[in-house]
Amino acid sequence: MMGMSFSAKPVMAKETPVTTVSVAPSETAAKNEPRISVQKLNFYYGKVHSLHNVSVDIATNKVTALIGPSGCGKSTLLRTLNRMHETISHTRLDGKILLDGADILTQDVTRLRKRVGMVFQRPNPFPKSIFDNVAFGLRVNGHKGKLKEQVEKSLHRAALWEEVKDRLNKSAYGLSGGQQQRLCIARALAVDPEVLLLDEPCSALDPISTAKIEELLFQLKDVCTIVIVTHNMQQAARVSDSTAFMLLGDLIEFKPTAQLFTTPGDPRTEAYITGRFG
Amino acid sequence: MTLRSAWRKSLNFVMLSLTGVCALITVSVLIVILGYLAWNGGTSLHWSFFTNLPAPVGETGGGIANAIVGSAKLLLLAAVIGIPIGLLGAIYLAEYASPLPAFVIRYSADLLNGVPSIVIGIFAWTIVVVPMHSFSALAGGFALGVMMVPIILRSSEEFLRTVPRSLREGAMALGTSKWRTIATVVVPAASGGILTAILLSLSRVAGETAPLLFTAFGDRFWNHGWKEPIASLPVVIYTYAVGPYDDWHRQAWAAGLVLLGLVLVTNLVCRGLLSRQATQQR
Repeated sequence: MMGMSFSAKPVMAKETPVTTVSVAPSETAAKNEPRISVQKLNFYYGKVHSLHNVSVDIATNKVTALIGPSGCGKSTLLRTLNRMHETISHTRLDGKILLDGADILTQDVTRLRKRVGMVFQRPNPFPKSIFDNVAFGLRVNGHKGKLKEQVEKSLHRAALWEEVKDRLNKSAYGLSGGQQQRLCIARALAVDPEVLLLDEPCSALDPISTAKIEELLFQLKDVCTIVIVTHNMQQAARVSDSTAFMLLGDLIEFKPTAQLFTTPGDPRTEAYITGRFG
Repeated sequence: MTLRSAWRKSLNFVMLSLTGVCALITVSVLIVILGYLAWNGGTSLHWSFFTNLPAPVGETGGGIANAIVGSAKLLLLAAVIGIPIGLLGAIYLAEYASPLPAFVIRYSADLLNGVPSIVIGIFAWTIVVVPMHSFSALAGGFALGVMMVPIILRSSEEFLRTVPRSLREGAMALGTSKWRTIATVVVPAASGGILTAILLSLSRVAGETAPLLFTAFGDRFWNHGWKEPIASLPVVIYTYAVGPYDDWHRQAWAAGLVLLGLVLVTNLVCRGLLSRQATQQR
């Protein structure tokens, strides 16, 4: 399969499998051990075969971008990483997805989603106060400790604290689109995820809000592994360390970002990044 | 002007007037009813009308205090029965049911909604009054509760469906279970609509007479229990309206005015709630 041959494993030191599941994130695996390893993934919406034998390793504490034209399966791939595809009926999945070496498909889905957070295309704050939005995941997951401090920390991380600190009890719907999206990022960060999945997080935002979120991604790399789906090639080039190009359900090419954009290995990748289609 | 365009213009005028007149009739019916009630019943509306028991038969004066309290008790019972069943059923319908069961439930609810209220009364009479050997508040509340279920179920379902999928996904992506997502995000997001559905169903059954005639029956005195017959506003209106005394007729009008007033206030509150929710979500 085309996808297989290009699934570059970013410098594997040794094939040391992670021994236990319950180690704290900071202790898991060496830095160059992939955080997520997708192996021979096939995905079906009903009878439509929408991901073909995709294999990809996502490096720890790096930003990985998924690019490709509409309908190429990049969002589908992203959603399988925290099993959000299960919220849609009539879907089927073959293959393996390992998070820190453990198969995510056999894990408790609510715990998995706590470890692998997600931010969506359109900001989707809950009709609650700003504080309650961020505290939501903490409350649901039975957070022990100081709720207030964790909420403040998350808002700081999402670079939103200064803008909302005086109106934490006001409705989240009073925020601008860009602020709402950062609130959703804060909400996802509040439960200390190891991985953050972003599904075209800036597509509904203006350029200034987009710039703020991109800046944020650089800072977030230190605390979590990021996978971002984007329509925007410039954005992928700006924010990511490696980029995967997908086309019609195939993973065409997966390389360090600089390499993919300067010396694409596949004529289809070249055609796409030079703007001949998509 | 050609004949054709003259014809078009006059047709336009006729249709416009016709639709306008029909719209006007709709509004004026309500106004006429309100005015008539106020005209005929307004004179009997004293403070004592709300606080006194009915006068002994044949004497003038007296009030409908027991009927107001009785209606409140019946509605409380109806709410206790109707709200949980209607709301939980709506949640099942909107969030869990697959297409075939959903169709069956929706269709049954619509049919139940269409069952004449007197038939609901007979039903309540058979399964509550007959075994208990007595008319009772319980039976009346049960009949009204049964009537509330399909109204709450169907309108709550609609409001639950308007909650965007993205909100559910947002909650699920944080590791929230499906039930917790429904309880903490979906239902609160639809709460204004659900509350409206509940209030509307209450105001709808508050005016029902037929199912109460042979369940709650009616009473001219205070009744503190649940197992005895109990007075209610619609039955008082019915009894007084067909009674032989002029004073009763006046009081029937007045009781009608009170009932309509309650329904109007409920509707206004609903409007307020809905528009508040609409502005919150914007």
